[in-house]
Amino acid sequence: MNKCVERIYNGLIKENPTFVLMLGMCPTLAVTTSAVNGIGMGLSTTAVLIMSNMLISMLRKIIPDSVRMPAFIVVVASFVTIVDFLLEGFVPSLYDSLGLYIPLIVVNCIILGRAESYASKNPVLPSIFDGVGMGLGFTLGLTCIGIVRELLGAGQIFGIQVMPESYQPITIFILAPGAFFVLSCLVALQNKIKKAAAKKGKAVPQSAGCGEGCASCGNRSACGGHLIKTEAEEKGKEQGVQ
Amino acid sequence: MNENYKVSASPHIRDRIKSSNIMLMVVIALLPATIFGIWNFRHENAWILVVVTTASAVLAEYIYEKLMHKPITINDFSAVVTGLLLALNLPPTLPWWMGVLGAVFAIVVVKQLFGGLGQNFMNPALAARCFLLISFTGDMTYFVYDGVTGATPLAQLKAGEAVNTMDMLIGNIRGTIGETSVIAIMIGAMFLLLMGVIDLTIPASYLISFVVFIVIFGGHGLDAQYITAHLCGGGLMLGAWFMATDYVTSPITTKGRILYGICLGLLTGLFRLFGGSAEGVSYAIIISNLLVPLIEKITVPKPFGKGGEK
Repeated sequence: MNKCVERIYNGLIKENPTFVLMLGMCPTLAVTTSAVNGIGMGLSTTAVLIMSNMLISMLRKIIPDSVRMPAFIVVVASFVTIVDFLLEGFVPSLYDSLGLYIPLIVVNCIILGRAESYASKNPVLPSIFDGVGMGLGFTLGLTCIGIVRELLGAGQIFGIQVMPESYQPITIFILAPGAFFVLSCLVALQNKIKKAAAKKGKAVPQSAGCGEGCASCGNRSACGGHLIKTEAEEKGKEQGVQ
Repeated sequence: MNENYKVSASPHIRDRIKSSNIMLMVVIALLPATIFGIWNFRHENAWILVVVTTASAVLAEYIYEKLMHKPITINDFSAVVTGLLLALNLPPTLPWWMGVLGAVFAIVVVKQLFGGLGQNFMNPALAARCFLLISFTGDMTYFVYDGVTGATPLAQLKAGEAVNTMDMLIGNIRGTIGETSVIAIMIGAMFLLLMGVIDLTIPASYLISFVVFIVIFGGHGLDAQYITAHLCGGGLMLGAWFMATDYVTSPITTKGRILYGICLGLLTGLFRLFGGSAEGVSYAIIISNLLVPLIEKITVPKPFGKGGEK
């Protein structure tokens, strides 16, 4: 069970898909014009992520390696279609404001990324919790961005007027440039906080290693094919030396 | 920022001129337009906006550099130039806090985050103007002259109404604080030309290509009145002489400068004639600023002795 809690912590804080992994930037920048849109998009993605992680983890020994991408896409697309119809049926207003970005969850990097790097290599239960963690991390990121943009760009949070009447909304924050401004400021802020934590001697949040398979890794050009070890592996190595 | 940049092929000339001298001369050159604007919009108390915007630009630079433990560079007057240029690009009735917001945006986001003077990828004052224009469209396009609200001459021109070109030359018209008087701007521009701070390449190629565009697509042919109105209207003169010639955001090669000027002229004409709003100088300049690295890439001069005719 400890492993499951670790997956949720990993998704929310350590490898937050929005602020640390920088995955799924397209919906992050496009739909976060208000806090409600952020939560809606985040939760829809979470639902798809949990289900697809579960199913892909179940099928991981059946899917041949050479056709794994199409197989993943089929699984993800099926769940996205279900979510798409559910949203259209039960929350039409949210469905209208999210628009095209619901079908586009199919090609969201987070979902394929988790399927490829985690669910296809790990048992079902940790995969589900990995989906929960990553999904909630994404929701957290989107909601934070949505709250700041809505507050500055419309003077509201969740549609409720917070700023005094005299406040004149800075419209640019609910337009495209505002998304970049807010995202960059929030990333800078969380880097600052993490840096301070690192200096105090707390556990430094590090990448959980890149696992294997440089061929499919998007960061290959950055690390030059060098395999980054997980913290546990690193510790084991140190102890071995001692 | 007083080190000598070596950006072209050798040989190089040593010079005593410093950034702060140049920036001070730009401030002096802007004074006629500033003073005229403050006088012209005296009923709207334009001086408050000018002072507040300029002061907050300097203050923003000081505070940012203090917080980031960087050398304080407010003595080179570049923040003064940015703040003053921004103020001259704002309508006189704009609430003062919007001027402050614009100045902070110009200095912190556009200039300092990219590395300070010499590193900004687009003109800070114009980027801030566009930021304000998008954010507060209503206030940024609200023009008053002598207590009467109305359209700027450029908007009237676009709507097909007659305009008084003499008033546009002198500056007794609606507009932003510093753009109305062509004469005051030209006095400053002449000063800069004589002092060798700017050269004619960019403004000339800008204005000529703009006129050519207007003649071809304006629908009035070689109508001198129409062309003069377009040249004197809006921020074209202020933009061409003071903002397109910004050292940091314009190409350094002569060929590149001509190309850059043509880009500016075409874009300005395009935005004015076919765009949604009457004015397009600020967008034309910041878009061309973004093209500068590409322009420089294709106009690199050959070092002496290399290449040559085959």
